[in-house]
Amino acid sequence: MKLKSQYQIIPIIPNKSQSQNPKTKKIWIWDFGFILDLVVFVILGFALNAHAQSLSSTELINNAKQYDGKTITYTGEVIGEIMLRQDFAWVNVNDGQNAIGIWTPKDLIREIRYSGTYTSKGDWVEISGVFSRACLEHGGDLDIHAQELRKISSGRKISERLNSGKKNFALVLLGILCLIWILRQLKAK
Amino acid sequence: MILKPQTEDIKNIGYYLGKIMLGLGLTMLVPIIFGLSISEKNAALDFFIGIEIALIFGLILTKLCYTEKDLNWMQGMIVVSLSWLVAMILGAIPLYLSGHWKSYLDACFDAMSGFATTGLVLVQDLDHLSFTHNLWRHLIMFLGGQGIVIVALSFFVRGISGAFKMYVGEARDERILPNVINTARFIWLISIVYLILGTAALAIVGMLNGMKPFSAFFHGACVFMAAFDTGGFAPQSQNILYYHSFPFELVTIVIMILGALNFKLHYHLWMGNRREIWKNIETVTLFITIIITWVITGFGLSQLGIYPKAMVLFRKGFYQLISGHTGTGYMTIYARQFINEWPNLSLVGLTIAMGLGGAVCSTTGAIKMLRIGIIFKALLQDIKRIILPEKAIVIQKFHHIREIFLEDKVARAAFIITLAYLLLYGMGAIVGMLFGHPFLDALFESTSAAANVGLSCGITDVGMPAALKLTYIFQMWAGRLEFMSVFTLIGFFVAAIKGK
Repeated sequence: MKLKSQYQIIPIIPNKSQSQNPKTKKIWIWDFGFILDLVVFVILGFALNAHAQSLSSTELINNAKQYDGKTITYTGEVIGEIMLRQDFAWVNVNDGQNAIGIWTPKDLIREIRYSGTYTSKGDWVEISGVFSRACLEHGGDLDIHAQELRKISSGRKISERLNSGKKNFALVLLGILCLIWILRQLKAK
Repeated sequence: MILKPQTEDIKNIGYYLGKIMLGLGLTMLVPIIFGLSISEKNAALDFFIGIEIALIFGLILTKLCYTEKDLNWMQGMIVVSLSWLVAMILGAIPLYLSGHWKSYLDACFDAMSGFATTGLVLVQDLDHLSFTHNLWRHLIMFLGGQGIVIVALSFFVRGISGAFKMYVGEARDERILPNVINTARFIWLISIVYLILGTAALAIVGMLNGMKPFSAFFHGACVFMAAFDTGGFAPQSQNILYYHSFPFELVTIVIMILGALNFKLHYHLWMGNRREIWKNIETVTLFITIIITWVITGFGLSQLGIYPKAMVLFRKGFYQLISGHTGTGYMTIYARQFINEWPNLSLVGLTIAMGLGGAVCSTTGAIKMLRIGIIFKALLQDIKRIILPEKAIVIQKFHHIREIFLEDKVARAAFIITLAYLLLYGMGAIVGMLFGHPFLDALFESTSAAANVGLSCGITDVGMPAALKLTYIFQMWAGRLEFMSVFTLIGFFVAAIKGK
């Protein structure tokens, strides 16, 4: 209720009586300038956000032509093995939908400690680089040539504990199997 | 009048099915030993449960249905067709227990895809799957490629004349050696020798590409098993694209082609008869069809210009073509790229290649080169009959290990199987379209499933309807067994219901 009384709706297009009043005119110009600023800010904000916002692998694969040759940002988990190739390396990064190969200078991957396997969660990294839908340097691979690589969160080792439910189920089955075996042997005799 | 199956029939079928279950169960010892050796205890436990279930049912069946009678043709065929379904159900147990498959149906889908050496997958988060489960995925391709029954024939079934009936039922109607058991063992010998050589080659390339020795050998063994058995599974979600390596792709091309050749041809090459490769109707047909389908596929790709360099065209265009033609399904592009970037002409070329397949008595699926060669020769014969004077005797021969006269019944058999495959491709495409997929996409995926290829344009997905999953499972199964044993099974059920 309080909020309602504090604000008044100011029409963007002034009526005749308002425009004639110099005070009202000043207010209208200020409002228009404010809205213009707001619009510019929103547009710029969207544009900047679009550049910085990470694209998903599905988005990249499905719209490969659109992003071809453009600098994009991609985020995901390092999976498999980092394959060193002289001064560069291939790092495969999975964002949960697909994995994409990242061609990166060796010095950018120093931070990476864990890569995703059965026994570990890989480091989560953000890559900024040039996307290619069919990279001519790499035999037509859909890849990203990294310019920047930043570790967002660290991976970890996954300690394996024996699943007790499965263990009990296996023991029950073992009992049944032994019983059948014994019955077979008894019948055979 | 249709005769109702007798209790004796069911007992015979049950007994041999039980034996095959025992054999399949024992193959799970491999992942158990491997899992324990690398301390993947939970993964090993999944296989322990799998082996127990297989042994329990195997022991019950062999006891309840005990018989000393040999299999007749009908029983042999039914044992084979049911063995593949049983293999799917048993093989899916450890997969499902891993938690990487959303439903048991999805696990069954991947198990059938593995045994039938197809390569379509519904696995989730493959990059975090255990080494043990990954080994099993590839091992089932290796077992399926040789033939599940051949595994049993080689190691668990001795000296039965019914062995040949099961061997034929598994779409292997060629005996390399006079004895079918020795033939099965020779197929194993070839496969094991190539396994050692192929794994070593891939592991060396892997290590040169920056992989660690254990990983390089593991990946080498898995990729070899899936490539030689023209399967198409890979240990990582990116398939062959994961390696980012031209030499790796080159080695897999060689292995895929070796897998697509007839085991009988391998035998003759091993015996020093190298000229056979240039004369054999299958290798000649394979060579010609590769050229024709590559012209179609390559022309489409070059028109669009997405792969402007020859090397890029080779690695992205020719690689998928060879992979498709040999029925392997290894991919160096993403599934959606086929639809989003490839022109329709190239997709048609690739679909034709998938539908043709490799050699008979190899690990490939599809129509196969011998049948294509025979149909072409039969066509030539008919044209000659029309052109030449009526009194002229037209004789057509073809070379397949020896010179063979082309008889009408041989041509007829080739036509029937070809027609059955075409119907199977079409049936899957119609089902795909019923679920809203465009014709070419649906035909591509259907051909890939029925021809046991494994290339996907993105339809095969965990979210696809269960009916479509079941359709593809049926296609993979029927396509792998080349229909006869499947038809016999259907006939058996019809007789059980309608027979007197």
